[in-house]
Amino acid sequence: MTGGVATPGGGWHRAGGEDLTRRRRRRKGGGGWGGGNREAAMVPDAEFTSYYGRPIIKSPTWKNPEVPLYFFLGGAAGTSSVIGALAEFTGRPKLARNAEYTAAAGALASVVLLIDDLGRPERFLHMLRVFKPTSPLSIGSYILSPFSALTAATAAVRILRLGPVARTVPVLPKLAAIQGLRKLGAVGAALFGGPMATYTAVLIANTAVPSWHEAHEELPFVFAGSAMAAGGGITMALTPVAEAGPSRKVALTGVAVELAAINRVENGHGIVSEPYHEGKAGTLLRAAKAATLGGAGLTALAGRTRLGSVLGGALLATGSVLTRMGVFEAGMASSKDPKYVVVPQRERLAALQAQVHSVTP
Amino acid sequence: MTTVSSASPAFTGRDPDNRLYGPLPDVQAESGYADDHPARVGFFTDTSVCIGCKACEVACKEWNSLPMDDSHGVRDKIGLSGMSYDNTGMLSANTWRHVAFIEQSRAVDLPMPTHRRPGDDRQDTGLPADPITNGQADSLVTAQTSVLNAEALSEYDPQTGQSGADKQIRWLMSSDVCKHCTHAGCLDVCPTGALFRTEFGTVVVQGDICNGCGYCVPACPYGVIDQRKDDGRVFKCTLCYDRLTDGLMPACATACPTESIQFGNLDELQARADARLETLKGQGVETARLYGRDENDGVGGAGAFFLLLDEPEVYGLPPDPVVTTRDLPSMWRAAAAGAALIVGAVASAFVGRRR
Repeated sequence: MTGGVATPGGGWHRAGGEDLTRRRRRRKGGGGWGGGNREAAMVPDAEFTSYYGRPIIKSPTWKNPEVPLYFFLGGAAGTSSVIGALAEFTGRPKLARNAEYTAAAGALASVVLLIDDLGRPERFLHMLRVFKPTSPLSIGSYILSPFSALTAATAAVRILRLGPVARTVPVLPKLAAIQGLRKLGAVGAALFGGPMATYTAVLIANTAVPSWHEAHEELPFVFAGSAMAAGGGITMALTPVAEAGPSRKVALTGVAVELAAINRVENGHGIVSEPYHEGKAGTLLRAAKAATLGGAGLTALAGRTRLGSVLGGALLATGSVLTRMGVFEAGMASSKDPKYVVVPQRERLAALQAQVHSVTP
Repeated sequence: MTTVSSASPAFTGRDPDNRLYGPLPDVQAESGYADDHPARVGFFTDTSVCIGCKACEVACKEWNSLPMDDSHGVRDKIGLSGMSYDNTGMLSANTWRHVAFIEQSRAVDLPMPTHRRPGDDRQDTGLPADPITNGQADSLVTAQTSVLNAEALSEYDPQTGQSGADKQIRWLMSSDVCKHCTHAGCLDVCPTGALFRTEFGTVVVQGDICNGCGYCVPACPYGVIDQRKDDGRVFKCTLCYDRLTDGLMPACATACPTESIQFGNLDELQARADARLETLKGQGVETARLYGRDENDGVGGAGAFFLLLDEPEVYGLPPDPVVTTRDLPSMWRAAAAGAALIVGAVASAFVGRRR
């Protein structure tokens, strides 16, 4: 007997040939870095229906690699600004200088990348015509604007004291000689540094993209860890080892936080964790882990040598870029396959139904 | 009229209970409109009477001067989707009504010998010979004749060439459109205020404000709004805001020849939809269900809702859409904790012995 007419569904399926609307897919391989024992990542065969396999949600229109780079630069600049501010007050002038330059360069590049990503770049200032707590991009604009202004001002105060500038306009060095001005700028920028590094995680999590949205509680920590690894790594690479101790510690803490958080993203969300293991995203994230772990190892073992700190810092920054790119790609992949939209929502409905039945038998 | 906030009701302070999701009895008032605002309007799309003529698509394109695109949203291209009679493919920046087309078949056991075409000496029908009792036969026949067009559709399967009543074919057609959600993800995340709630309770993009950030595109749980690449800005159904302000019906509803697309005040449409569902259930169409009607769903109920004859995903609709902003508070908490972690970790790195 086939399903009766009166039963829900009624036995209907797409007519003719291979049934493209009901696909059965096996998860390929162990996936994940290091393969091995990954119970949580194992997803049972997902049977689901779709409209000719077409995506349900629209993929983000954001540019790649501009937007992942923006995430990286925001994180590196954010962490650097905090390092810079603290270095100002702990007698580490070179670390302070390098961290402040890093923060300014990262922030200004972030602004350029963000504006470049707009469909109508000339309307960038429309971002500032409203303040909308429900829009992470609105909040982000009010984080990025003061952050970039303050980091740029702090760096500008330093640049004005440099020889060539001083010779051209002799008044400026006197202005810039006011120590308090620079420290005030550094502290002000540092206040926005932390939010600058983590708001981008909320930016992508607050979408209907399954692999981003489901990981919304962990992604901010992935981004925080990745930001610390990058910011610590870059400032460590630029600064003499005698002053770079805090940078090394920040970088190593960041690596630990990032690896712990991304492990939960990659394995804790059933089927929507899948895109983090597969395809381009999987490759990027495996490369990211290799670079990050390599950088952390170099930092821990040879961080007090010039060569070790430069190589370690470069590897950590590379790992951070790759992490952002991998997370970005995973989200893109999950938005393109209706499976990641339908299956979790079906499971949610089934769970709700089971709950209703258990409450009212 | 008081000032109109483009922000979500969550932060206007007038809605302590359902700030980010859940039912909102008066969505315009939550957006800041005065009490004398017009009633909330919407679409009820009854797919059980849709004939797939696509008059709605054409009327929408005509009225809104939308550019041509192919089934993948590529502008100024003509192309066949290659999957069905649906060459529109999807909703996009240039397509604000999309008629989905699904051809389905199913095998049916009948208590009587199957018909054969003349000259067809095929012996095996592919179905087990099944001794069927009278009671089962009755229920099957009743059920079969009660389904929409079952009699006409059961005669011949053009794809397999099987005749007789061992196989049924049916066509599902549904005109998809922006849902004009009670809690609209696109509206929530728009950083410029280009998207706003109209006095009719609909959600509209202001073309002169949109700066093409594209945030609304992945925020929509239905994949409705999209960016026009050559233009940079985003576009979607306005529920014919210009026509509404002149007291006219939206173009698609005006063009629909079968009243599959019904336009009206949302509460009236909801009552009509409930009645229609009752009628269909009474006729034995057990698979009929309303989609977007429930105000307790993940988007607080949709302004444009549907009567479907199969699961939503069959039509390319998400089975349980949730406005992404529902989880925004926990996201911000995590981000704040992450930011604090950075400051704390850096600060502690500066503490202790110098090395």
